[in-house]
Amino acid sequence: MSRVEIKGARLVDPGSGRDKAGSLFLADGKVLALDKAPDGFRADETIDAAGLVACPGLVDLAARLREPGFEYKATLESEMHAAVAGGVTTLACPPDTDPPLDEPGLVEMLKRRATSLNSVRVHPVGALTVGLKGERLAEMAELTEAGCVGFSQGRAPLPATNSLLNAMKYASTLGYTVWLRAEDTALAAGGVAHAGEVATRLGLVSVPVIAETLAIRTILTLVEATGARVHLERLSSAAGVALVAQAKAQGVPVTCDVGIHHLHLCDRDIGEFDSNCRLSPPLREPADRDALRRGVAHGAIDAICSDHAPVDDDAKQVPFAEAEPGATALELLLPLTLQWGRESGLKLADTLAAVTKRPAAILGIPVGTLAPGSAADICLFDPDRPWIVRPDALMSQGKNTPFQGMELVGRVARTIVAGRTVYSP
Amino acid sequence: MPLSPKASLQLGPDGRLRHLLTTEGLPAETIRLILDTADQFVSVSEREVKKVPVLRGKSIFNVFFENSTRTRTTFEIAAKRLSADVINLNVGASSTSKGETLLDTVWNLQAMDADMFVVRHSESGAAHLIARHVKPGVAVINAGDGRHAHPTQGLLDMYTIRHYKKDFSGLTVAIVGDVLHSRVARSQIHALKTLGVPDLRVIGPKTLVPEQVERLGVRVFHDMAAGLEGCDVVIMLRLQNERMNGALLPSAGEFFKVYGLNAEKLALAKPDAIVMHPGPMNRGVEIDSAVADGRQSVILPQVTFGIAVRMAVMSMLGSP
Repeated sequence: MSRVEIKGARLVDPGSGRDKAGSLFLADGKVLALDKAPDGFRADETIDAAGLVACPGLVDLAARLREPGFEYKATLESEMHAAVAGGVTTLACPPDTDPPLDEPGLVEMLKRRATSLNSVRVHPVGALTVGLKGERLAEMAELTEAGCVGFSQGRAPLPATNSLLNAMKYASTLGYTVWLRAEDTALAAGGVAHAGEVATRLGLVSVPVIAETLAIRTILTLVEATGARVHLERLSSAAGVALVAQAKAQGVPVTCDVGIHHLHLCDRDIGEFDSNCRLSPPLREPADRDALRRGVAHGAIDAICSDHAPVDDDAKQVPFAEAEPGATALELLLPLTLQWGRESGLKLADTLAAVTKRPAAILGIPVGTLAPGSAADICLFDPDRPWIVRPDALMSQGKNTPFQGMELVGRVARTIVAGRTVYSP
Repeated sequence: MPLSPKASLQLGPDGRLRHLLTTEGLPAETIRLILDTADQFVSVSEREVKKVPVLRGKSIFNVFFENSTRTRTTFEIAAKRLSADVINLNVGASSTSKGETLLDTVWNLQAMDADMFVVRHSESGAAHLIARHVKPGVAVINAGDGRHAHPTQGLLDMYTIRHYKKDFSGLTVAIVGDVLHSRVARSQIHALKTLGVPDLRVIGPKTLVPEQVERLGVRVFHDMAAGLEGCDVVIMLRLQNERMNGALLPSAGEFFKVYGLNAEKLALAKPDAIVMHPGPMNRGVEIDSAVADGRQSVILPQVTFGIAVRMAVMSMLGSP
């Protein structure tokens, strides 16, 4: 395998907190050394990275690739290309495909297809229950062997409490992580916007905050009863963050993430029924958004994910409540994370930790750091370069985003996976 | 992140009315202009020949994705009195059941050279969606979208209140009943606030009052007697049949007992208070017949004024 030297970059490693200029030496798909070339190192490829930041490739805990079943929305090719164009080198994909990822054969096929495309590393999250129906348990051991990193219901409703209890008991028996969207099914039924002033003004059926807090309380109670390791997906409310922070302080083995949109937007951004802001969970109030921002900065929230969901135009050009939730986000994750970090007064290494080291720890895989011996997955980006979000210029087949037309700062210049350049514009 | 403020769809850059989608954000002078224009049309309706040539040669499509004979009829009469050609479509029964999307339906009708769409749809925001996608110069009137808005109803209610009370600045107004599901209530609240009503109340059980409605500038009462005290205007809302016996209310009878308007409760309002209802009424559910037919009721004049107000809106949108 080739040997690569990256010269002149600002090397930022959230793993060690390092942030200074230097060289990076890669060999055999791994990070070999920083700053000083090992004896006898001769680069096959030298990359001049002056003016760029070199950091570990981004690790995204939720990006929908839409295969199998939704190829009219997006394909593995288009979305994996979008991932590396956004500096993402590892992603977890939720099981809410059609059919759902509830059979080892499907997971193997997805892994094989993804591997053959030689790009971002794809880690499927398997279905917790067969067909995501919340009744029968999926074959978790088989699915794990096929490559699943955890088990989730995707956007499908949580199983009834008795089934959830059993799912968590079973997963904990085998040491698997259960990923759960904390949303009480009955309280959220039919809801398309946060229960607050905006939903009242617009006459939209709403999802109250208690749909989230009640589900968190239930899940935490079940964690206590089962000892299962749980990752809570996509927190949306200040009260939800507070509950998780409290549980963590008491030593409950729980982690959580937030989608990038929820750090920048709130229900007011729905404006006059902008279906690009039809997201799930719904955008809540400015105070919720601010609590989520602080939650990531202070560690109550472990990771930021893109919650990437390519949606075709036909599914968005309908009345707000009928619109399919979701937005394209893989290519916006880095600049929007950088913006959150700048506005929160964080050091660059700490900002990037929320999309590298911290999500990698949840996946339990050796990425998200520049430590010698770890995977040579690198994102090179220009931290000061402004660009305008033009849907047509996005690699993703999904073009719907609330950020369209907006100027963001920070652009990926090159993405390297296992020592090999997989993206350079 | 502050997104760029989203421009209002219904007002042009010059502040002129391009569509009528909601009373929210309508400037007071625009509302007054509509009401003043309606004043002129009231006299048209009193003439022997109830027709003016304002919209001659224009095609107005009444596109109702949700059935409502009454509202559709009032728009039809208004359009005909303005000499427009009116085409009525009950789409609920045709295109969408064949799988056509809302926008495809609208684009097809637009290809038949519609000048104006009057749209009713069961989803909030449907009229906005249509307004965003019609050709420049084609106007959209929202005739009711989900729980969101029914602006011509809101405006005819303003006309009615102005007719009887002259001035909004000293009024106490109560809106009673199922505010949660009511597009009429929302349209009234925005218009009443804009016109300067100082004491605006909503009265209903907690299950039928929407979240944070007080942020729209209203005071919430759950006690009917306290809410009616001193009111100049009492607006009763229709309770939909499907809400009467379910999770939100135990029964129509119990609703009438607690929140139905009868003579005894009405006596708590000012002696010259007027009683309004957007219709169709459920006698004995939200309103007692003695009140509905009583001397304080202005429910039928509302209907008459509604024609003039719709003529006013159509003429403003349809003339260049």
